[in-house]
Amino acid sequence: MSIMMELDRGCSNLREYGNEQSLLSKPDGSSTFVQGDTSILAGVYGPAEVKVSKEIYDRATVEVLIQPKMGLPGVRERAREQCARETCEAALLLTLHPRSSVTVILQFGSLSNCQLPSCCLNATCMALMDAGLPMSHLFCSVTCAISKDGQIITDPTALQEKESRALLTFAIDSVEHNVLMSSTKGSFSLQELQRCIAISQRASEQIFQFYRESVKR
Amino acid sequence: MDTIHACFKEKIGEVLLPGDVFSFRLPESGDGSIKSEKIICGPGLRRNGEEVRVCKSGILRHKQPNMYWIDSQQRRYVPAKGESVIGIVTTKSGDVFKVDVGGSEQASLSYLAFEGATKRNRPNVQVGDLVYGQFTIANKDMEPELVCIDSCGRANGMGVFGADGLLFKVSLGLVRRLLAPQSEIIKDLEKIFPFELVVGMNGRVWVKAKTVQQTLIVTNLLETSENMTSQQRQTLFKRVAEGSL
Repeated sequence: MSIMMELDRGCSNLREYGNEQSLLSKPDGSSTFVQGDTSILAGVYGPAEVKVSKEIYDRATVEVLIQPKMGLPGVRERAREQCARETCEAALLLTLHPRSSVTVILQFGSLSNCQLPSCCLNATCMALMDAGLPMSHLFCSVTCAISKDGQIITDPTALQEKESRALLTFAIDSVEHNVLMSSTKGSFSLQELQRCIAISQRASEQIFQFYRESVKR
Repeated sequence: MDTIHACFKEKIGEVLLPGDVFSFRLPESGDGSIKSEKIICGPGLRRNGEEVRVCKSGILRHKQPNMYWIDSQQRRYVPAKGESVIGIVTTKSGDVFKVDVGGSEQASLSYLAFEGATKRNRPNVQVGDLVYGQFTIANKDMEPELVCIDSCGRANGMGVFGADGLLFKVSLGLVRRLLAPQSEIIKDLEKIFPFELVVGMNGRVWVKAKTVQQTLIVTNLLETSENMTSQQRQTLFKRVAEGSL
């Protein structure tokens, strides 16, 4: 059930990525997502029991836990957990399971640091699909880097990320291609932001196509 | 009649992802009359105003005359009314047992919901017992409730069971295949050796055969037959039958 796809260098220039589903036996859904050098393993439990202190009376409680490859989770992981949690809350139909919990656990598989938030979100989406949780739409995440001379690079390598002037990550939904979550670092102009969003929307279509093919196995 | 069914028909048997939409625009007919059609949307499909959205990934299936649903793979059970499940008794508090059915909440089982139970004649249920019961109340807003009698007051196979034997968990898809009326898996398994089998819709299966080894063999066969085609399964069962004789 693993698929590796090599995308040709079209307008979006995405690198190869791969995905495997249902590889863990204990969680209700699991998936790995490999993007270039970065690989992340996601496990989903839900809808499961929730502590009374955390329960919400009309919707499910989403919890995301990120475990880096080495060391203990720190503040950076907490920030990424929040981004992932808000994207999941937008995509899942939480009102179907009130007073229960959906837990997503992400484990970094590689030491490479490039495109981590993107890879996290893609792995989360595939794992949620594998667990059979009801979703109103899918989401995927694209990273753009703006280099010092103003060129916009999608799917940057670690070197390109370090040398870039700004780094933008967007989560895009599958139905109307709206931006669900954006996380940016660095300085850029409004026009550059809009161009990045447009490019990410086009790139997201490729990723959704990849989701569709990997589910068809 | 045709527009809505045609929209669905072209996707029957195809893999659909959450977010795929079937939108219907009623054609404007000359005399202004609109025929109303009824479609039953099963699990995995949700109505969103004038359109039907897919909310789980899976294959679109169709049953005559007008039922459509998404066949998806899942391991987690969500209680639904009328389904028979195997539960494990976790606590006994007053007049009610709390039973773990594998969902997000524990179900409650009243001590009067057994055949022949009265206030003086309490059923003999201990913590850790296996119970086979049906849901009378199971929706997202309330705590699920189990009973071990049917509407006439008879047990009908439900109640406490499992003095020996082995309980294990499988996926919901395999359970549905086992409970289908002419299940091939069960027919193939019967030929190997006799055994007792209780299948709960929550993915739990209880097996008991004459010896411990036979029980373990049946358990392993059921767990592996999840991902096999029927041919592979039949060859495997034949090998096991010859090996055990």
